[in-house]
Amino acid sequence: MTALINVPAKARRGDIIEIRTLTSHIMETGFRHTADGALVPRDIVTSFTCRYNGTEIFSADLFPAIAANPYLSFFTVAKESGKFEFEWTGDNGYSSSASASITVE
Amino acid sequence: MPTTRRRFLGLAGGVTAAGAIPIVTLQPLQATPAMLTAAVRNIVGEAAVRTGKVKLDIPPLVENGNTVPMTVSVASPMTADDYVKSIHVFNEKNPQPNIGNFHLGLSAGRAQVSTRIRLADTQRVIAIARLSDDTFWQVAADVVVTLAACTEEMN
Repeated sequence: MTALINVPAKARRGDIIEIRTLTSHIMETGFRHTADGALVPRDIVTSFTCRYNGTEIFSADLFPAIAANPYLSFFTVAKESGKFEFEWTGDNGYSSSASASITVE
Repeated sequence: MPTTRRRFLGLAGGVTAAGAIPIVTLQPLQATPAMLTAAVRNIVGEAAVRTGKVKLDIPPLVENGNTVPMTVSVASPMTADDYVKSIHVFNEKNPQPNIGNFHLGLSAGRAQVSTRIRLADTQRVIAIARLSDDTFWQVAADVVVTLAACTEEMN
């Protein structure tokens, strides 16, 4: 697993819950040079999506100005028990996913 | 006329005042670089961007520009007819003006996003929110950076 996900295990229906995600990625900006002057090619996560029982509830377009190991925190309303799916995609065909479940009562 | 203490102080005061004027008049201009303006226009189009509603939580003084915690929140009831569609964050002096676009929508419940960003220089960070009625609201924050990100050499 390259991602850390923090979703409350339980919530009451209608609660606003915070979702925190952290994934491991170098986020090379493409603006840095090596000591001998060569440009280090860009390698970043460009897009993040979160789906709640199949419905997209949050997405983000990321740029080189996002720090290494992108951290994102956002909110959603707990509507029903089920699964959150997280997906990161980026340069050089990078793709990574994670999931978390929640019980809503 | 002999140079008296009073006359000298009067002149010195005048020079100081004259010297201060350009600094004061530079502030309101805030010449935002063309790239930043273009990036903002790319998101908002021709719409007017008003100031308010958005809150940008970012430390005013940052030791390490490589990772700067940032939280953007928007004062919004998040009801079906008044919610935040998206939040866009920009900077003035990084090599690229964009930082991130965050798409929320009605189901968010609370219009708030946190992340960690890079800042290459002491500069201004701008957050713009797009509401459900397609109006745009912005806030700006100045951040002093002592160790810049992005520019250092790789080992």
